[in-house]
Order: sequence, then C-alpha cells, then structure tokens
Amino acid sequence: MTPPLIQVENLACRFDVSPGWASRLLSGAARTWVRAVDGVGFSIRRGETFSLVGESGSGKSTIARLIVGLERPSGGSIAFDGQDLTAATGRRTPAVRRRMQMIFQDPYASLNPRWRVRNLVAEPLRHADSGNGGRAQERETVARLLRMVGLAEPDGEKFPHEFSGGQRQRICIARAISTRPDFLVCDEPTSALDVSVQAQILNLMLDLQRELGLTYLFISHNLAVVSHVSTRVGVLYLGRLCEVGGREQLFERPRHPYTRMLLDSVPDLSLSGRARTPVSGEAPSPISPPPGCTFHPRCPLAEARCRVERPEPRAVGPEHEVACHAVEEGRG
Amino acid sequence: MTTTRDQTGSAPPSPAQPPAALPTPEPSAGGEPLLSIRGLCVEIPRRRGTLQALYDVNLDVRAGEILGIVGESGAGKSMICNAVIGLLEPPVRIASGAVWFEGRNLAALDEAALRGIRGARIGAVFQDPLTSLNPLYTIGDMLVETLRTHLPLTPRAAEARALATLEEVGLPSARERMGHYPHQFSGGMRQRVVIALALCTQPRLIVADEPTTALDVSLQAQIITLLRRLCRDHGTAVILVTHDMGVIAETAHRVAVMYAGRLVELGPVRAVVQDPRHPYARGLMDAIPRIGRPVGRLAQIEGTMPRLDAIPAGCAFHPRCPRRVAECERVAPPAYAVGADHHVACHLAAEDRP
Repeated sequence: MTPPLIQVENLACRFDVSPGWASRLLSGAARTWVRAVDGVGFSIRRGETFSLVGESGSGKSTIARLIVGLERPSGGSIAFDGQDLTAATGRRTPAVRRRMQMIFQDPYASLNPRWRVRNLVAEPLRHADSGNGGRAQERETVARLLRMVGLAEPDGEKFPHEFSGGQRQRICIARAISTRPDFLVCDEPTSALDVSVQAQILNLMLDLQRELGLTYLFISHNLAVVSHVSTRVGVLYLGRLCEVGGREQLFERPRHPYTRMLLDSVPDLSLSGRARTPVSGEAPSPISPPPGCTFHPRCPLAEARCRVERPEPRAVGPEHEVACHAVEEGRG
Repeated sequence: MTTTRDQTGSAPPSPAQPPAALPTPEPSAGGEPLLSIRGLCVEIPRRRGTLQALYDVNLDVRAGEILGIVGESGAGKSMICNAVIGLLEPPVRIASGAVWFEGRNLAALDEAALRGIRGARIGAVFQDPLTSLNPLYTIGDMLVETLRTHLPLTPRAAEARALATLEEVGLPSARERMGHYPHQFSGGMRQRVVIALALCTQPRLIVADEPTTALDVSLQAQIITLLRRLCRDHGTAVILVTHDMGVIAETAHRVAVMYAGRLVELGPVRAVVQDPRHPYARGLMDAIPRIGRPVGRLAQIEGTMPRLDAIPAGCAFHPRCPRRVAECERVAPPAYAVGADHHVACHLAAEDRP
C-alpha cells in the first residue's frame, strides 16, 4: 500500500486569549488558552476525499489552516507525501506550497476586488517556480483554467464584483488548481452558496478530482454535503476527533454518541415523521472544556469514568475508530 | 395564489379575529385565513428605472399553521416578511396589493397604526439573535418593556409573564437569567430569548426570517422543536422563511416556493417536498444532497437566478427551464391548481393535470 499523502499525528494548536499583561498583573488572573485542536491524528490517502465535520468551535477550520501552514501548531506533526512539514523551521518550500492549495468559505472575501480575474487566477502561477513561461503562455493557461471551471475566456477581463457567489467560487477554484496541486484543502466551500449553486460547485469539484487526480480535505458542518462528497469522514468535537470511518460505516452505523446525535439532528427530507430526540445543551467553551471526555455533560451514556479519563481512539471495525469509553465497554 | 387574478386586491376576506382563541386546533384547509396577501407588488425605485422585488404575490396564512417560504437568496422571501410587518426600508415600497390581517389592510396603515399591531399581534424573529437584542438592556428589561408597551400590565404582572415566557422557551434558571445581558448568553440561548420576545405578548402570527440559519445543527433541531411546540400550544401561526428545505420539511404545514420575486409553487409540505410540480421546485429538491441516498452527481439547474434588473419576460424561470415551450417566453403563467390545496405557476402544470 502506498503511504498516505497526508499524515497528521497528535496535532495540537492553542491560542492565547489571556487579558493583557497589565490587566493580568493587576487582577492576578492566570494566562488562559483556547485549545482549538487537541491531539488530533488522521491520514488522507491519495485520490480520496477526507472530510471533517463538527459544529462551530470544533476546530475544523483551524486544522485546515494548520495543514496549509496558515497557522503554526503548538504540538504534533503533519507529514505531506512523507515529508515532515512541522520540523522545518521558517517558511515552507515553494515545491510544497505549489502542491497544496486552499479554497475558502467566503468567495466575497477571498478575491481582491481591485484585481482582474485573469490576474487573480495567474497570481499563484507567478509565485510558483514553474510559472515562468512568458505572458502569452500565461494567458493561455488562464483561459484553459477558466474553461475548466465553467467560465469563459473573456471573463478574465472582468472584476470579481461582476460575478455571483457561485461564479466567484469558480474563480477561487481556478486559482487553487492553477499550480497543478495534488492536494486541495476546502474549508466550507459551499456554505455561503444557495443549494442549486452548491450542486453546481460540488459537481465541478467532483469532475476536477477525477480529471486531475486531486486529493481533498473537505471541511463542512453540513452532514448531507459531507455524506455526498466523502470517502472517509472524521467527526470533531471541541478540538478532538471522536469518530473516524468510511462514509458508509459512519453514516449507516455511527457508534459515537455525538455522531449519532449529530445525525439525528439533521432535518429529514423524507418526511418519515420520525420523532426527533433533540439533544439538550450546547457545546461548552473550548477555553475551559470539561475534564475527561469533553462530550460527557451532553452524553446520555456518560459514567464516572467519562468524567475523569480522556477516551483514546480505538478500532471498532476495519478503518473505523471511535474514542468513547461506552463503546469500548460495550455499553454504546 | 389561491385566488384568481381578478380578485386581486378586492374586499377584505377576514373580519377581526377574536383576540384570545386558544388553543386553536390543527389548521384546516377551510376557514378564514389569518393573513391574506393579495396581488402584492414591492418595488425598489432606482435612478434608472424601478426594480420589481415582488410581483403579484397571493398567499394566505391560516390560524395556527406554519407556512414555510423557501427560495434562494434574492428570491424575495425576506421581502414578504418585511412587507407583512411593515419594515420595508425606504425607498423600497409596496407598489400595489394588500396585506389583510384581522380585517385591516397592513399595506395601507400608517406607521403609528402599524406599531400597535407589530409586537402585539404580529411578532418577529430574525436570523441573527445578537443584532435583534439591545446589548445595553438585560433580557428581563427587554421583555418587560415589550409587554408593557403592548399590554396594560403592572410592572409586577409583566415581570411574572416575562419569567413564564422564558421558562416556556426552555431557558434554564430563568429567574436568575432575567438580569443578564445578551452577551452573557450562547447563540442558541439568545435565539430562545428572541423567540420569547416575539411570543410574550401572545401574538396571532409570528414572522420568523431564517431563525435557525446562524445556529449549529443540534441547536437548529432544538429551536425547530420549540417553534413547533409553541405554535401548537398557543395556536400561533408562523411564517417561516428559510433556504433550508429540510427545516421546512420538518416544520411547516404548507410551503411556498419563491423564484425571482414570484411565487412559483404553493402546497401542502408533503406534496411539494415529495412531488414538486414546478420545474424550478423540482430542480431545487433534486439539487439537495441527502444522507443515505448516494448519487454520483447531483442534479443541477444550469445558470443562476436573474438579477432584479434583468428578469426575463414571460415566465421568469424560462431561460433555465429544461421543459420550456414557446409560450413560456411570452406569457407569465398564472397559478394552476394541481391537487388539493396545491397550486403551481407553470404553463406545463395546466397540461399535466388540469
């Protein structure tokens, strides 16, 4: 078996949210940290779509930003194609940056409004070491990229404000694939879009994956979208992975109580008339997460052990890991 | 859409409702509607011509029912809400048509008269709970102020009712929380407070504009359950605007589908979700990914919704419609009945099942 394209081990990231040092001195308050990502490990294989789902504050976007290097981890390691990205001091090499690109959630905020689309799409090319083919070749490449994402060559002369949200996301995708990357990190790429436009963008991403052999890390809070695009899925809760599994396993035989709760919360289009059992409570603050299993205050299966001991991920089937004492003890 | 074109804007369909008819049973197809929108056109005057934000909308809301309004951004969903509660921001204005509520045409009332209805008879819940709450007031103050503005209550009685409402919307330790400010609440709790504010005066109608969009799925489920229960217990009618078809499917009794400022389909939720008849509604339903129903590619509607300054002639959907005929390019389709209580504005619907 070939090694995974991305191997994340024990990844952690914490942010300092302490008051200023003068306030701390006066009030005697201690430093406070948000553990946005707390010991997360997973791997992504070539050509697959690995998705991370979770509610707001679960650390999905922080993981995305850590992997592309927009954030520095406070612990753990990220390996890309066998190469450790966290060991290297300073900036990542241009070769790595060329092979790894990102699509952001808000296509209104991620394009410079003063640039023409052809410049926006060509910018990554100009920075990548391979992009020194002269103006004519660049123009040709941009035209080809625009056609690939369903836009026309003359669109290159326009500015971002002349496009709708869906078209802007197409521009972002053209920009992301311009350096011929093998790995795309997509952070909620369709969350700001209407469903009919979402379908267009998801189809485009699927087509491009097939044509270019891309590997995706797909971040979303929308379980239906995740079930549509993913090969494997990881469920995050307060910065920790509580369940990782193949799409079928996770959506048809979810084991972790939180995954079950999430799936039960998705509004049902089939009008089965099933009785909803909405789980009470909200995710607690990641500044002072509960001890033990962070889900225990909302968990119907919580016992004394859950309140003190942090559950580690354990295999419950082929390629299916769950971090839950209740599942491990056969209570879940 | 439930009446023919020539009745547009004619006589008031409903006499004044008795104020406290609680609880109302399940909404039935018959009976006087609580709210009747007739031939509503809303326009946005611009320097170069006027934009039609809503065009000839006909819609009834029955007592005690949840009417869902779905559509994509810019389809005019929120415009209907704002027209109903009289919060259209100038220069946006009602060009023609009527909004009948308890025997009065809201579209013709002045601001002072509207203030007597808004808050007391019609409550509102908006998308972002943080911007609908005043950060300088405790939630107790806000509830008491709302109650005393609209109802002749002593401060003590208002406080008791505020507390009862907060307990009803499921706010834990409500008595203590009365003295807290909005920033001290989490997102889900804030939305409960907003619902309590809309509900405390026991209005007949609540207009909820994307009430769960800013919330996580688990909270969304809680808020939906809450809305449904309150609606049933008090017989309050709800206009629920959302772009999330799943929320509609689980909550609404009837659903209206909007496209480019027009109502394209209106019917019982089961009929519209399982067998949408308008090509746009059908496209919309097929475009939604669903858990446990893997498909290779999602069905997609080509193109995008037209901008308000470029709405095509005839049927507004015809350039994107896979089933268009010559007539669609010239004639705007009227509403055809295609089933019990189910209407579709599409020329093909007339042929499908007259």
